[in-house]
Amino acid sequence: MVFLVQQTLLFAVPLMIVALAGVCAERSGVINLALEGIMIFGAFVGVLFIRIMQANNIFGQEQGQILMILAMLVAAVCGAIFSLLLAFSAINLKADQTIGGTALNMLSPAIVLFFINLIAQQNTLGMAKGGAASWFMIRPSTFGLPKDYSWGAIIDILINKVYLSTYICIIVFIGVSIFLYKTRFGLRMRSCGENPHAADSLGINVYKMRYAGVIISGALAGMGGFTYALTTTNCSSTGEVAGYGFLALAVMIFGNWTPLNIAAGGLLFGLFKCIAATYSTLDINGDGVYLLSQIGISPYVYRMLPYLITLIVLAFTSKKSRVPKAEGIPYDKGQR
Amino acid sequence: MLRLDPDTGKQKWYRSDASKSVLSAIISIIIGMAVGTLIIVIVGLTKDGISLKGMWEGIRLVFLGVFSTGRSEGNLTFGFNPVNMGNMLFRATPLIMTGLSVAVAFKTGLFNIGAAGQYLMGTMGTLTVGHVLGNTDCPIVIAWLAAFLAGVVLGGLWGAIPGIFKAFLNINEVITCIMTNWIAANLVTWWFDAHDIFKNAAEGGKVGYIIPLKNVGVVTPKMGMDVLFPGSQANGGFWIACIIAVVMYIMMTKTTFGYELRACGSNRHAAKYAGINDKRNIILSMVISGSLAAAGASLYYLAGNTEFFWSTYLSLPAEGFNGIPVALLASNNPIAVVFSGVLMSMLNIAGTQLKSLTAYNEYIADIIIAIIVYLSAFSMFIKQFINNREKKKGGNK
Repeated sequence: MVFLVQQTLLFAVPLMIVALAGVCAERSGVINLALEGIMIFGAFVGVLFIRIMQANNIFGQEQGQILMILAMLVAAVCGAIFSLLLAFSAINLKADQTIGGTALNMLSPAIVLFFINLIAQQNTLGMAKGGAASWFMIRPSTFGLPKDYSWGAIIDILINKVYLSTYICIIVFIGVSIFLYKTRFGLRMRSCGENPHAADSLGINVYKMRYAGVIISGALAGMGGFTYALTTTNCSSTGEVAGYGFLALAVMIFGNWTPLNIAAGGLLFGLFKCIAATYSTLDINGDGVYLLSQIGISPYVYRMLPYLITLIVLAFTSKKSRVPKAEGIPYDKGQR
Repeated sequence: MLRLDPDTGKQKWYRSDASKSVLSAIISIIIGMAVGTLIIVIVGLTKDGISLKGMWEGIRLVFLGVFSTGRSEGNLTFGFNPVNMGNMLFRATPLIMTGLSVAVAFKTGLFNIGAAGQYLMGTMGTLTVGHVLGNTDCPIVIAWLAAFLAGVVLGGLWGAIPGIFKAFLNINEVITCIMTNWIAANLVTWWFDAHDIFKNAAEGGKVGYIIPLKNVGVVTPKMGMDVLFPGSQANGGFWIACIIAVVMYIMMTKTTFGYELRACGSNRHAAKYAGINDKRNIILSMVISGSLAAAGASLYYLAGNTEFFWSTYLSLPAEGFNGIPVALLASNNPIAVVFSGVLMSMLNIAGTQLKSLTAYNEYIADIIIAIIVYLSAFSMFIKQFINNREKKKGGNK
């Protein structure tokens, strides 16, 4: 049970944060198809940062948590800078946003693999020393307690053998949601995705708001990309994130462009993804019976489940779908 | 403003919108290549171990990669290289087909990001039927046709799923395409995992691969490609792709059905009020789109010596996603898709030449392609720039 909850969170958190990144951009009126590319770029920059810091002995293993937080920040900043390319083409040049996003999705793995090959002479860039678990995972020894120390069932789920990045992402997720829905700036940004001309007539600078949306989106996606690399691929960058960016896009549409639904969608998806990854060793109620692997269903059925269930749920909830009205349409002051 | 020629009363060809599109595409390509050159120079200057000569070699390979004939006495030699040229056309074939797939869907206002899944379903259909019929005494021609059609039909059915979801439930096709992609990846792996007869167990070091179709003799005829480009992998598949592109062009621009599809793409509701069955057209468009992507896979694997890594449930084929830039660069014109597909594979060949002959790696070609696609988004901007210049010239007269 402990294992299931923690694993689900590991899968769900990058999806949630990147889906929220999509919301920020699309609510301001720009389709951000480049989420996948930005994630790849963020993962690369974060890993590279950790590698350089380790190689120069600036941080030791004891300061692992600080190093990780810094790497997340660096990934977020670089993700935001990278997303400026999309913002420039979509907002200033009024170009087709699908093309801009696709271009970034191609550019990012190309650049990343180009530099990884120059730096490491192979297609994978890992940490300079140690592994993600030994450097960044929170365990009793992080607090100076003995190795097999237990805080009791509930607290164990929360802080034993987890990554701090998961919680940072959850806090950021809540923060950005509040920002989008409870602040004046958030309201103005969302109005640019619904009716930019009305927003402009009330004195809101649509271009600035859309830039803000894309930049926040880039920062979140970059951070999500690094979180993915840290928790899922042992803090290494390989020029891909296993289609997580596109999955996040799907979770965003699934969640109807609202944070609460996205969180629910991300968790649902994460749960089934987790079952698919661990079904053979999954002991649901702790009685030593591996139920799922004993039914005798092909593993591919479990691996298909997250996608199949998304399709089925969509089929039943489709009527309520609401897309930001002005998304994908370049804002032209002269119109109307 | 339309400028008409005083003699003929028609618009001059070089002033037409189409030629301006071509011109803006060429400008994008030139800028993309220039940026690639710049990267080569910058990397060459900052990294030790790359001399001035190495830099110059890298630049020449980016532009003339397909004409490279290797190295003699330490210098790069260039000339007609039939192997590179043939492989370029061979690799362009699936790109053209997935490009067509994305382009047709775009014309109907749909974004087919599911070409990867349709491509995989096509692979499964073609390889399965090819092997089953290839092992019987069925004539090769019929076996080839059956294998090709099996792939196309499976891909079409797979493409129908997002179409049906879009038409009847109004669910964004992007999400259904992404889901069907991964379902296809698992389904294909499951199918081949369960059937050992397709697995290549005879050759050592080929673990996880399907037996190539040449072993059972179901292979696309060369159709003159072996004479033009001896020693390369090129085959008649390229000609078939070209013919399909022309058929698609005629279908989209010259038939009522094509007009209906485009009408749905421009404004679904207006088309509906004009009496066009929008739901039927959306589904049909996705079916055609899916079959085109699958046909790309069929042609690729019917080449015979291509091998399919079947345990693919963790990754999707790159051809599926590369169809998107091919279509975008061609501004969704089926004929132009052929050229943009060939251009993409030309740059890929240049990349492999860079890797094998210099200290640079092949990803520089991908960077160039990405920049070209990025710039092609500005085609409106470039066209406007050309128009403005024309106006200024006219004013001076």
